[in-house]
Amino acid sequence: MNSATDQQLVTLTVNGTSREVVLDPRRTLADTLRHELGLTGTHLACEHGICGACTVLVDGRPARSCLMFAVQAEGRQVRTVESLGEGDQLGDLQQSFADHHGLQCGFCTPGFLMLAEGFLAQNPDADREEIREAVSSNLCRCTGYQTIVDAVEHCAAARRTQRTGRLPYEGNAQ
Amino acid sequence: MGTPLVGTAVPRREDPRLLTGQGRFVDDIQVPHMLHAQFVRASVASGRITSLDLSAVREVPGVVAAFTAQDLDLKGITAGLHRPVEEYVPTEMPVLAGDRVRFVGEPLAIVIAENPYAAEDGIEAAKVTYDVFPPVLDEEAALADGAPLVHERAAHNTLLDVSLFATEGIDEIFTGAACTVRVESRTGRQNALPLETRGALAQWDAREEQLVVHTCTQIPHQVRTVMAGCLGLDERAVRVIVPDMGGGFGIKCVVGREEIAVGAAALRLRRPVKWIEDRKDALTASFLAREQHYSLRAAFDADGHILALDADVVCDMGAYSCYPFTVGIEPLMASSEMPGVYRLPAYRVRGRAITTNKAPTAPYRGVSRPQYVMAVERVFERAARELGLDPVEIRRRNVITDFPYRGVNNITYDPGSYRESLDLCEQVLRNEGWYDRQAEAAGQGRHLGIGYSCFSERTGYGTAAFAQRKMKVVPGFDLAEVRMDTTGALTVTTGTVSHGQSHETTMAQIAADELGLDLHKVKLHQGDTDRVAYGWGTFASRSIAIGGSAVRRAARLLGERLRVLAARLLDVPYEDTVLDQGNVRLREGPQRVVSFVELAEVAYLRADLLPVGIEPGLTATASFDTLSDGTFSNATHGVVVELHEGTGQVEILKYVCVEDCGVAINPTVVEGQCRGGIAQGIAGALYEQVTYDAQGDPECTGFMEYKVPTAAEIPDITILHLETPSLITETGAKGAGEGGTIGAPAAVLNAVNDALRPTGIELENTPIRPEQVQLALEQASYAHQGHEQHKEPA
Repeated sequence: MNSATDQQLVTLTVNGTSREVVLDPRRTLADTLRHELGLTGTHLACEHGICGACTVLVDGRPARSCLMFAVQAEGRQVRTVESLGEGDQLGDLQQSFADHHGLQCGFCTPGFLMLAEGFLAQNPDADREEIREAVSSNLCRCTGYQTIVDAVEHCAAARRTQRTGRLPYEGNAQ
Repeated sequence: MGTPLVGTAVPRREDPRLLTGQGRFVDDIQVPHMLHAQFVRASVASGRITSLDLSAVREVPGVVAAFTAQDLDLKGITAGLHRPVEEYVPTEMPVLAGDRVRFVGEPLAIVIAENPYAAEDGIEAAKVTYDVFPPVLDEEAALADGAPLVHERAAHNTLLDVSLFATEGIDEIFTGAACTVRVESRTGRQNALPLETRGALAQWDAREEQLVVHTCTQIPHQVRTVMAGCLGLDERAVRVIVPDMGGGFGIKCVVGREEIAVGAAALRLRRPVKWIEDRKDALTASFLAREQHYSLRAAFDADGHILALDADVVCDMGAYSCYPFTVGIEPLMASSEMPGVYRLPAYRVRGRAITTNKAPTAPYRGVSRPQYVMAVERVFERAARELGLDPVEIRRRNVITDFPYRGVNNITYDPGSYRESLDLCEQVLRNEGWYDRQAEAAGQGRHLGIGYSCFSERTGYGTAAFAQRKMKVVPGFDLAEVRMDTTGALTVTTGTVSHGQSHETTMAQIAADELGLDLHKVKLHQGDTDRVAYGWGTFASRSIAIGGSAVRRAARLLGERLRVLAARLLDVPYEDTVLDQGNVRLREGPQRVVSFVELAEVAYLRADLLPVGIEPGLTATASFDTLSDGTFSNATHGVVVELHEGTGQVEILKYVCVEDCGVAINPTVVEGQCRGGIAQGIAGALYEQVTYDAQGDPECTGFMEYKVPTAAEIPDITILHLETPSLITETGAKGAGEGGTIGAPAAVLNAVNDALRPTGIELENTPIRPEQVQLALEQASYAHQGHEQHKEPA
């Protein structure tokens, strides 16, 4: 470990709460979230930015937390999977994943949830093909992706209904 | 009785914690004073270590200790078969290589540090020198005369060489046959690639005098056995716990050397040690799979009935035998299952496992079935062309239709829907107009192809079936325990381990149904060697077929106990009682009812009220095994592809899977397993391949090189269910975990070849590379007259 003088005090805003951590500057945001802050919902599966299991929202946009140092997140808003839902109540996106069997082993799931949360915030009217393209940023080894696309599509439709009062359109999933 | 839960798509009970980030995977567990391990790994494919200097490693800030093989002095891991030395050569996999190095990535030393970053700094400071030997990297080099030997005792680099079947007079059948076809089929080396890499956290519990190991394994009891053996401990002094697991697909159903080394380090240092494999190590130094070569020759009569199959199977198993399955797993599986769904009168097969200087192999979802099905399906496609038959029709003429069927491979197939699934699959593609679209496309100069694969998949192997493989340790049975507490809630333990297959839901469905309990009253425990008496874990799609049957039996026994107790308390004959929604009531007239809670109170809190001769407590244990040859799930996969001129890209336009896994405990879960499996099968057909350079250096060290398909490559998949209940399991369920992976490569390859039909070129190997497709299409453009040769572009 580097000597204590190399360590830095960093203030991170995670899920709306300000947290101070002392860390090695080379510590990634993913490791910091998981091991310093105990937010183990963010997972690591490749640590080179391909698989997306570590996806969190930084200032509302999906970001690979394995490719960021924690110090780079200072002064920015970080959201992790622990911020979805309220208490024991699943959020609508989480519920949609459960309803559509959008997860099996569940390891990649937090990354997909945060990817979809960020994507839908920016593209609430995305169609199925756009959702499929967005979802292709992350890897899943269990589901074959179809049910993940279904889950995101139905969540988007439900949100639109809530916004506009229109009935959700039927997706082309069987 | 309430609505049955078995057969119902009840929501998954695993989901809430996994969706909220409360899943607990190995790397999520932190304990005080925990240290972190990484491994110094070999940088040459073959050689002898001349020096291994860790002095600089130990000077790296944060490094606490570093151990070589000599430092730890552990027994190696040996997996065995009871076969004569002419057939099988056992090999020991040392926990750490101390002398001889056999593949790039082989662990040489374990470095332990205060944090993972320091552990990685540490391994970079290791100094290793080698006498480098020429590596053996493929089948041809391994089997060549005078080839360097990967293991000195294994002549011709052959670890297993068996000829399991040879029908008398088979050569005469070939001589007299109307049509003979040959297929040479090769499949690329793959990585099963669970998203969660391997990992372990080991700590000594002084109070329990136990080494407690949290690890993501599909076989906790077998890890315990090997750990205890290598460390010289009683088995009871090792407790293996499996927390949530991020996939396995077979790669985690063998014992890895790294978790043993982590256990040894924790024992020595008396501090918790955690190792989490990084992706590079997972791709290069863990277990791989799938690299096989099939040389098939088949004889047909003029009507397209297969008469004989002569097969030579060579499996490249890499550097070591895995525990407990050995290098026999792939060639023995291929040899014994090969004819698959087809009526075959005569069969001869030779199966070999060869060793090379590449990472060792483990079972991977499907185990040889994806490969042999692909080769056999090519045989039928080829024969159909030779005889001018429709590819579906030739299958229809050959699939087994009368059950139980005794095969030429001495296996009795339990009933399935081979013919029905084929008919339905074709019907879907016809009804949706894909044949019309194919004809239309041809008119426009586009290249659409339709391909099928038919297969059955033996699952739920019992002890007898595994014993035929002559393994020194024989899997097969499983155990379950059910325990009702004073509130009437039920805890079920099983020896199987879920890593995405939703056992917490499906096992609970089985137990709750048997007892007439609400699902929320049932909780499953799995993956803890101290809580589960014994288990063979989860592989070979055995969990529901075998483990689920044990759960049902245990629940039935408990139900009988509840009825006995109630009958005595109510003073009525046992036969007059029935379980009903948390109560025991009289079969006739529901006026006399005693609830499970009341019975549990008597069994535990008011034992003074227990009738004479009835023991306190409400537990039951049961095992399940089968002496039969197992269950046979089956399916037909149908695929439509379009080949794109200019890029050689294969686009999947439509994918239909008609599957039959007997009774589906939870149809949603079955569909999920199918889709995920098909995605992995498509990956093997079109994308994934582990490659090595001429020195034996792995070329796929990350996801930039190892191409895992994304949502952009995997299409939506139509799944239709048929249901032929198994006659041998307690629930009628057959295994459902692997089928998707088995059917996809053959169906995709057949579809590509159908699209290439005008070119006269047939591809036989996977992964299908775009440049091969492109070359075939280019050849077609100047050879419009239609070639007859069946050759494959290099």
